[in-house]
Amino acid sequence: MIGITGNFSLQLAQFDLKLDFELPGRGITVIFGSSGSGKTTLLRCIAGLERARGNLTVNGSCWQNTANRLFLPTHQRALGYVFQEASLFPHLSVQKNLEYGFSRISSQDSKVEKNDVVELLGIEHLLTRSPERLSGGEKQRVAIARALLTSPKLLLMDEPLSALDAPSKAEILPYLERLHAELSIPVLYITHAMPEVMRLADYLLVINQGKILSQGTLSEVLTRLDLALTHTDDAGAVVEARVVAYDEPFHLTYLEFNGGRFSIFHDNLPTGQQVRVRVLARDVSLALENETHSSILNIFQAVITDLMMESPGQVLIKLAIQDTVLLARISLKSSNLLKLCVGMPVYARVKSVALV
Amino acid sequence: MFDITIDLTPVWVTLQLATITTIILLIIGTPVAWWLAHTQCWCKSLFQAMVALPLVLPPTVLGFYLLVALGPHGWIGQLSEWFSGRHLAFSFTGLVIGSVIASTPFVIQPLQDAFSAIGKRPLEVAATLRANPLDCFFTVVLPLARPGFLTAATLCFAHTIGEFGIVLMIGGNLHGQTQVISIAIFEHVEMLEFYEAHLLAGGMLLFSFMVLLTLYTVNRRYSTT
Repeated sequence: MIGITGNFSLQLAQFDLKLDFELPGRGITVIFGSSGSGKTTLLRCIAGLERARGNLTVNGSCWQNTANRLFLPTHQRALGYVFQEASLFPHLSVQKNLEYGFSRISSQDSKVEKNDVVELLGIEHLLTRSPERLSGGEKQRVAIARALLTSPKLLLMDEPLSALDAPSKAEILPYLERLHAELSIPVLYITHAMPEVMRLADYLLVINQGKILSQGTLSEVLTRLDLALTHTDDAGAVVEARVVAYDEPFHLTYLEFNGGRFSIFHDNLPTGQQVRVRVLARDVSLALENETHSSILNIFQAVITDLMMESPGQVLIKLAIQDTVLLARISLKSSNLLKLCVGMPVYARVKSVALV
Repeated sequence: MFDITIDLTPVWVTLQLATITTIILLIIGTPVAWWLAHTQCWCKSLFQAMVALPLVLPPTVLGFYLLVALGPHGWIGQLSEWFSGRHLAFSFTGLVIGSVIASTPFVIQPLQDAFSAIGKRPLEVAATLRANPLDCFFTVVLPLARPGFLTAATLCFAHTIGEFGIVLMIGGNLHGQTQVISIAIFEHVEMLEFYEAHLLAGGMLLFSFMVLLTLYTVNRRYSTT
């Protein structure tokens, strides 16, 4: 059985953690929530670092079953854990840090080549160094490589970027995306930073006060009108698209998505590349007719699938362009003037589209 | 004056006592210090107070109780008599037991501090890298706690060499068996043999200073590299 399923219950000082989850057995699942919502506790329970009552099955192997008194200790769970701070062993060189986990798994369990992982994270030149002579970003890359070298069946990452400054974050994100593209290990990734969610998440689990608020694909959760995160100023949808053409005289790149084609100002994107674009709700306006004399390039035929009053004087609207979902935030006055309602066909005019 | 040969037997007895005491205490003290550093048990304070007791008690108090316990009417002494035919007062074994108890805080406290300073994180990291708890202890905890072990061993060794009250109470002053340097000095002074007293006392002073100097130098090197 593919997937990570389980349930945990645990009494914490501020609230009771009670989680019942069913996560995909591949891709990156982001666990999202404000600090103190129980994200880290969930990850620690999955790793066996915290003892909660409940069950846990990871891609077919049972790691915990309280009813049957089964609780695998952490060192017997085939997982990798990347902590918020890199936590390299200070008494070992980078090389020895990498070998620590690698040398403790049997050769038939080893699914990755050491050189491949070292190359994937770009740490070849650091191997002989001692951890204290690494920058924050380098330390975290070594920690990720160290975890990967145990050939984990599940990789747990607890806000791996939050302790880093902006340049180091920017340095690591491409490596995480490569990881995502090149390895098939399922990843549970904690963050409370929206940009990381948009760039990395395939699946999203939203937690608050130890309870699950919502779980689903990135696009599903980001466009759910009943969640607080869709009512922030930079709420919006993320759309998967593919580069299809480049219009050199206009410096426009065309991105095909399930329902149409975006035109964006961008150079140097290889044709065929998969990209993610972000469309903010406040950048989408609606019209009943297709005005051909408009400066806006990205106009799509859409259908209103949901609609919700947002205080004060604003309405959040969920749109479907074939299989793609967008959000639009417009004034209550416009909504009333256009007599918008669920099921109504409209033209969505997208003022700006950004690559994630 | 210079044809007096100094009797070195007390020096050998002392070194043997200090070495055995240090080895025993490191073996017993490590798990106890580990437990104290990690337990949440209500009885932790109780054990900490017991461990620290030899620091504040006059050595004669400790020595007196030990003498009673190890002697022919004490339960440890009787147990020993039952096994080996003799009680433990005024014996080298008795001296070792007394020294171990007197030096306990000098081993447990530095080790407990060292273990606490390491924290839980390196242990958790090792567990996620497939190291079982024992493996983790030898490959992560021991190397990281090395300065603590060095401090514990040195303090224990040096303190045992300097102990006077307890060894006098339970060891007596049997030449070649329980007469250690500190007691030999005392005896020399009582018999007005100041030359021998000077040699032993000066040697002790120099030795103790060198031990502490080495300890602080080495520990400083560990903490800066």
